Amino acid sequence: MASGTKAAIAPPVSGPVGQVIVWVDQRFPLMSLWKGHLAEYYAPKNFNFWYYFGSLAMLVLVMQIVTGIFLTMNYKPDAKTAFASVEYIMRDVSWGWLIRYMHSTGASMFFLVVYLHMTRGLMYGSYRKPRELIWILGCLIYLTLMAEAFFGYLLPWGQMSYWGAQVIINLFAAVPFIGPELAVWIRGDYNIGDATLNRFFAFHVIALPMVLLGLVAAHIMALHEVGSNNPDGIDLSKNVDEKTGIPKDTIPFHPYYTVKDIVGVVVFLGLFSAIVFFAPEMGGYFLEKPNFIQADPLKTPEHIAPVWYFTPFYAMLRAVPSFFGSAFWGVMVMGAATLILFALPWLDKSKVRSIRYRGPLYKKFFASFIMSFLILGYLGVVPTTVWGQIPNALPVIGGLDTATLASRILTAVYFAFFLLMPWYTKKDIPNELPEPSRVTA
Amino acid sequence: MKLTMTRVLTSLAAVAVLASPLAFAAGGANVHLDEANINLQDKASLQSGARSFVNNCLNCHNAQFMRWGHLTQIGLTEEQIKANLMFNPDAKFSDYMTTALDPKDAKAWFGGVPPDLTLVARSRGSDWIYTFLRSYYVDPSSPTGWNNDVFANVGMPHVLHDLQGSQAKVVVGEKISHGKKEAVTKLAIERTGSMTQPEYDIYVRDLVNYMTFMAEPSRVKRTQLGVGVMFFLVVAFFAALVVKREYWKDVK
Repeated sequence: MASGTKAAIAPPVSGPVGQVIVWVDQRFPLMSLWKGHLAEYYAPKNFNFWYYFGSLAMLVLVMQIVTGIFLTMNYKPDAKTAFASVEYIMRDVSWGWLIRYMHSTGASMFFLVVYLHMTRGLMYGSYRKPRELIWILGCLIYLTLMAEAFFGYLLPWGQMSYWGAQVIINLFAAVPFIGPELAVWIRGDYNIGDATLNRFFAFHVIALPMVLLGLVAAHIMALHEVGSNNPDGIDLSKNVDEKTGIPKDTIPFHPYYTVKDIVGVVVFLGLFSAIVFFAPEMGGYFLEKPNFIQADPLKTPEHIAPVWYFTPFYAMLRAVPSFFGSAFWGVMVMGAATLILFALPWLDKSKVRSIRYRGPLYKKFFASFIMSFLILGYLGVVPTTVWGQIPNALPVIGGLDTATLASRILTAVYFAFFLLMPWYTKKDIPNELPEPSRVTA
Repeated sequence: MKLTMTRVLTSLAAVAVLASPLAFAAGGANVHLDEANINLQDKASLQSGARSFVNNCLNCHNAQFMRWGHLTQIGLTEEQIKANLMFNPDAKFSDYMTTALDPKDAKAWFGGVPPDLTLVARSRGSDWIYTFLRSYYVDPSSPTGWNNDVFANVGMPHVLHDLQGSQAKVVVGEKISHGKKEAVTKLAIERTGSMTQPEYDIYVRDLVNYMTFMAEPSRVKRTQLGVGVMFFLVVAFFAALVVKREYWKDVK
């Protein structure tokens, strides 16, 4: 390898900067990364509103990491001083309040963006072959994100931090046989205390962000390997321009989607800033009121509700009755509700990908699924008594809280979307519309 | 596409309808709260509230996350703060606002340590404090002789009764709620204090104004900065849109 330098590429700019790029490129795949992922990554030209949320999720991830680094400089992971250190950041650290609100708002916005991103994947069949692995990596990102948010929520050491963590850790205590020991192992103590806070801090600032970054990189690499789906769900690689070898109806990601995504970023930042500057508590949904009281192991808050992004699953947990004296069934249902997402690519038997060409049966199931998720989210926030009780006179369900019954039905609807999918997508095939050969607007 | 969007919008509308009782649900106990109508830009009100806070609340409660020095943000000078508000000659200007009450004494005298008040305007809300401080009434069955319509069986006696006077809870009627008869009550002054009712309301409003400032000293700066940021983003939006349109001209 005496002459072991790569053939020089044509630099994108002339002059000394171009020479530096050539020098680096002979030693590092700079230009091929740039081309492969941006300048010559060909994306369908008909991306719509729903396609902003992937890049927005990346933006929020970076924002969370950067604000997180600055918070770590003044936060103290110690049960005695954690709460005071957050107030120190809010009052005495220059711009500390802004960094903290960006981080707390960012957590909720991350979930909002990710939920919309997932909805897009569902609507246009972005999980279907050959994109199964992108979907699976995405599901892993979602699970990691939930863990990241859960660990982070303990750190301010407010009442809701403490009691929310108490509720979630007690779920593990419901595991048969090993439950109580498992819960002690997770907490590192018989109660949530300093040991718990320290390990949650370690997970929140090091372990999970690293996992998250790795998964996001893999998610994007897998996407760029097979190419982006499109709102029509049609296979663009089948229709290649003979002269250029580039699929028809595609455009380079850069500059077209970079300039388009910047518009999305500005709109998103508008919403984000409106919350950060004018309503950082979001009426108690982003920063819960009891969390302005320091954690007190002896005082349970009146009403413990998880932060909004967990509430659909929390509603499912509460809906499942305890069986043979064990609350473990609820935990299993909650776990299954997230894990079932992984199976989606193999449950869908339809001939088309996009909801635009699906049959009516799928559309009904899809609509009920979205509704069930949203209403469960609402029911997870409020007390189970919110809709009153069913009269005692009715058999079986008499005396039950109406909201509990509703949660049970909606949980069934949620699972029906997945479990019945092989059946209804097959039955729908004759009623599906023909896919176009070229993308539509 | 159109169909999907319509469906999504319908779903969102349905959620908005469902979520409307949410604000109530999050509010907790079902008590009517009067609006405090505070104004964080009103320096005179904040200063008078700070004086009331130091003279009354700080005797038993801490504001352990609030530094004396931050009172300069409500238009007071270091000299004014030291001369008029800091009663402990050993306290430093950068110290936190803490009470001289020993927690052990507090337990013996009141049955518990009075809660820290730095953030109470955020955990309870300004309207809650405003209503609470105006809802004490005489209740001979309670250990302190006082009870409160907003916070039943509260441990704290009516500290401001010299100013407000004392109220009695009187039954003025009956109503039926959830199939049960309930007495409708209201609080009426039975012994006047040194202030008239409107004077007392203003006094409490100033105090709540101060406590709201104390709970989040950066709030005024936050909203002021927010206006600038939003303005910038509107400009940035049109700039980004122009660039996008220019590039996308050639996409057919």
